[in-house]
Order: sequence, then structure tokens, then C-alpha cells
Amino acid sequence: MMIFFWVVLLMISFSMVAFIYRLIKGPSVPDRVVALDALGVALISMIGIISILADTIFFLDIILLLSILAFIGTVAFSKFLEKGEIIQRDNNPS
Amino acid sequence: MITILANLLIVTTIVFGVIFTLVTAIGLIRLPDVYTRTHAASKSATLGVMFILLGVFLHFWWIEGHVNTRILLGIIFLFITGPIGGHVMGRAAYISGVKMWDKSVKDELAPVMIERKKQRQQQ
Repeated sequence: MMIFFWVVLLMISFSMVAFIYRLIKGPSVPDRVVALDALGVALISMIGIISILADTIFFLDIILLLSILAFIGTVAFSKFLEKGEIIQRDNNPS
Repeated sequence: MITILANLLIVTTIVFGVIFTLVTAIGLIRLPDVYTRTHAASKSATLGVMFILLGVFLHFWWIEGHVNTRILLGIIFLFITGPIGGHVMGRAAYISGVKMWDKSVKDELAPVMIERKKQRQQQ
């Protein structure tokens, strides 16, 4: 049973290598952001498998934290690409 | 007997998740365009990680005897936010002017963008 989880970990690592290839080579910036998003998602599943292998439940809080961080990062990057700024400040209050 | 059945179900869900993750990797390498890559990276990656986390939840429930509701919360959160991230990224790529694949058939957003530009010039 343990060797099955090691094989699963290896497969997820292979797909992460593919994401890193797209992250380096991607012709435009949205390509790289999409690859980063997929990398975060693959990292979440890797943490789940590692918590089975290490036989502990303390890694499982990190799953929620990392999914929130990946989503916030994607939304911030897309807003920056779309409008050129992330936090809009109103400099002229009326 | 019960343990064998539980292990079988856990292995099945995790294998489904790994297959979807590998399909995501193949799609992200082979597809020609930002928008098609967004299609690969948002839907199948989300489904793969949901299957894997479901397998982890079932493992901790049936083998270790510990019900962890945080994994269920993570599954629901990923189910909501994964497609939202892909959609927002595709929209930002279109507005920032990334070209589509030259064999693309339809671009339904182009007349809307032209009309919006006209309205902005009139104001």
C-alpha cells in the first residue's frame, strides 16, 4: 500500500515538471500564471499524499491555506494584467 | 474484508485523481493557445485534486478512524475557486491582447469589445 502512494507521488512530480516547463517556456504572461495556478493545485494534492505517507494529520491545515493563497494569487495577477494595478486608491475624494 | 474494500475504494479515487492530473500536464504541454491551456488547467486539475483529496479523506476516515472536516472544506473551496480562477485568467488574457490560435473558429467577444471602445470614445 505504501509503494502505491510513492508511485502516486512520483506521477504528481512528473506533472509538476510539465507545469514548470510551461512556466519557463510560456510565450506570454497569462500562460505562466495559468501554469503557476496548476502548480499550486498539484502541490495541494502532493501535500495530501505526503500526509498519508508521514501518517500525520497536521499537514492538512496547509491544504486550505495553500488553496486560498493560490486563488488570491491568480485573481491578483489577472487584475494586474487587466487594469495595470491591483489595489485601486481613490486619490481625489470628493 | 472491510479493510480490503476500503483500500480498494481509496486506491480507485486516488488513481482517478492522478489520471486527471497527468491529463492536465499533457494538455498544458500540447495545447496551442492560452485559452485552451486555461481550459485544461482549470477543469481537469480541479477535478484531479478533488479526487485525490477525497481519497485522502476516506483513508483518514476508514483506516485511521479520524474524520477530518478540513479536507471537505478544502474540496468545496477548490470546487468553487478553481473554475473562477481559470475564467478570470482567460478574461485578463483576452483584454490584455493575447492572440488566439490561428485555427480558432469563433471569437464572440470581439464585436462586444469594439462596441465598448466606441462607447468609450463617445464619452
